[in-house]
Amino acid sequence: MADQEDLYQDDSSAAEEPQWEGQVYTSADGTRRVLRRRPPVLEACGLGVRIGGRAILEGISFKVRKGETVAIIGESGCGKTVFLKTAIRLMTPTEGTVLFSGIDLGKLNGRQLSEVRCRIGFVFQQAALFDSMTIGENIMFPILQQNPRTPLKELNDRVAELLYEVGMTPDVARRMPVELSGGMRKRVGFARALAGNPELMLYDEPTTGLDPIMSDVINELMVRVRDNHKVTGIVVTHDMKSAKKVANRIVMFYPQSRLEEGQPQIVYDGPSDEIELSQDKRVTQFVEGEAGERLMEMTEAQHAR
Amino acid sequence: MSSEWTAEKITLADRLTIFVGTIGKSLSDRIIYAGQLAAFSLSTFYWLFARPAKKETLVGACYRIGVQSLPVIMLTGTFIGMVLAVQTHPQFKAVGLESRLGAAINLSLVKELGPVLAATMLAGRIGSSIAAELGTMRVTEQIDALASMGPNPIHYLVVPRFIACLFMIPGLTIMADAMGVLGGAFFSIKLLGVDWGYYWDYSRHAVSQYDVFAGMFKSIFFGGAIALVSCYHGFNCDAGAEGVGKASTRSFVVSFVMILLLDLLLGIFLDKIHVAWFGGGAKSVV
Repeated sequence: MADQEDLYQDDSSAAEEPQWEGQVYTSADGTRRVLRRRPPVLEACGLGVRIGGRAILEGISFKVRKGETVAIIGESGCGKTVFLKTAIRLMTPTEGTVLFSGIDLGKLNGRQLSEVRCRIGFVFQQAALFDSMTIGENIMFPILQQNPRTPLKELNDRVAELLYEVGMTPDVARRMPVELSGGMRKRVGFARALAGNPELMLYDEPTTGLDPIMSDVINELMVRVRDNHKVTGIVVTHDMKSAKKVANRIVMFYPQSRLEEGQPQIVYDGPSDEIELSQDKRVTQFVEGEAGERLMEMTEAQHAR
Repeated sequence: MSSEWTAEKITLADRLTIFVGTIGKSLSDRIIYAGQLAAFSLSTFYWLFARPAKKETLVGACYRIGVQSLPVIMLTGTFIGMVLAVQTHPQFKAVGLESRLGAAINLSLVKELGPVLAATMLAGRIGSSIAAELGTMRVTEQIDALASMGPNPIHYLVVPRFIACLFMIPGLTIMADAMGVLGGAFFSIKLLGVDWGYYWDYSRHAVSQYDVFAGMFKSIFFGGAIALVSCYHGFNCDAGAEGVGKASTRSFVVSFVMILLLDLLLGIFLDKIHVAWFGGGAKSVV
C-alpha cells in the first residue's frame, strides 16, 4: 500500500517530497518509506482540443505512471474519448502536448508515429474489428505490423493463446466478426490490442452496452492485463463500478461548456477508493448518479439558445 | 418565454444581407471542400510513392474493381453501341450515307461515349461502393483502429484502390469499347441491313489509333478522379447510416461532374496535341 500511495503523490508539492527513486523518507504519519516513483508512460501537458470552433478539452494536464491504471470518468460530451484519441494523435490537439515515454508525439513524422502506435493497444467502444477479415486475421494484424515475416505457425499459436486468454476457443479464429455477439467482439478487440505486447492500453468505454456479467468479465480482463502483464492502462468509462474495480486512480473531467473561464476541467484526480470523500459536489453527484438540478440547467440552456 | 419575441418586418436590406451571406457561405464551403480534396489527393500521391502498396490489398482491390465490374461494363458497352446504331441510322439513311454508319458509331464510341459512359457506370458501381465501405469503416471506428495499430490509413486503404482504379478502369473501358463496337456492328449489319464491307471499311478510315489512345488516356484520369473522390467522401463521412448514404451519393455526383469536366478539358488538350503532332483537325465521318 505504501508503494501505491507513493504512486499518487502530486508533483506540485515536489519541493517537500523526496525527489528520487529509492530515497528513504519520513511520511506525514511518521512512518519511514522508500520512494518508488515510477516514470510517466503518458503525460498530457496543457492539452486542448477544439472541434468546429467549440472547445472540447482545455488545459488538461496529468500523468499516467508506469504500471498504474487510470480511469477517466465524466458525463457524456466532456471529452473523454477525444482525450483518448488525442493521446495517440488520432486527433490533433489545438494546444498542448502529449508525451509518450518522454517522446513528444507532435514532433514525430508519420513513420515514427506509426512505430510509437505499435507500442500502444487500443480497445474501441464497439471493438472496431475489421469486417473484411476473420477473427484470426484481426488478431494477427498488429503482430504482422511489427514483424511482417512472422511464420504462420507462430501466428496461429499466438492467436490461439490470445483467444484462450480472453476466454475463447481457437476455432473462433475462423469466424467473421459479424458472426459474434457484442461481448465476444469486445473480447476479440481485447485480444487484438494485446497482440502487439503493448506498453500502454487505452480502453474506450469497454463495458458500455454489455450485460452485468459480461461487463464484469471485461473488468476482470482489464485487471489481468494490469496485474499479469504489468501494462499501464487508461480506461474511459461511465461505469463507477468498473472504474473502482480496475483503476488505481480516477481522473474526472467536467464538460468545458459548463465551466466558467479559467476553471480547471479536471475536477478530481486521486485514488479510486477515495473519490466518495471528495468535497466537490460535481464529483459526488456523478459518483452517486444523482441528476440534481441538471435537468433544469439543461432546459434553461436550451431556452437561452 | 414566447412573449419576449416580437415580430419585425424583414426589410430589403435584410433580404440582401441574407442573400449575400448565403452565396458567400456556399462559395467558401466549396473552396474549403476543393482545398480538402486537393490535400487528400496530395497525401495519396505522397503515400503512392513513399512506400509500395501491400500486394494482398492491391490484388483484392483490382479483383473487386476490375474483374467484378466486367459483366456490367460489357453489358453497358453493348447497349451503347446498339443504341447509337438505332439513333443514328435514320439520320444517315435520310441523307444517303447509311454506309458510313460504322464510322460515326465507332468514332463516338472509342473517343467519347465509351470512356465517359463506362466511367459513369463505374462511378456508380465502384465509386459509391468505395465511399460506402470506407464510410462504414469511419463510422465504426475501423479507420481509427487501423491507424492506432501503426499503418497509415491512406497508404493502407486509399492507395490500393487508387492504383486499382487507375489501371483497371482503362482496361474496362477497352472492354466497353469492344463490346460497343460489336453491339453497334451486330445491330447495324444484321438488323438494319447496312453493308458489312462498307461498315468496317469506313470505320477503319475514320477511327485512328490516336482516337483509341485518346479514349484510353482520358479513362486513366477518370479512374483516378473516381478513386480520389470516393475515398475522400468515405474518409470524411458523417456519423450514422445517413452519413454513409450521403457520402455514397455525394461521391457519385462529384465523380460524375469531375468526369464531365475532365472530358471537356482533356478533349481540348488532346485535340491540340493532335493538331500539333499530326496536323489538321478531327477527321470527318462523311
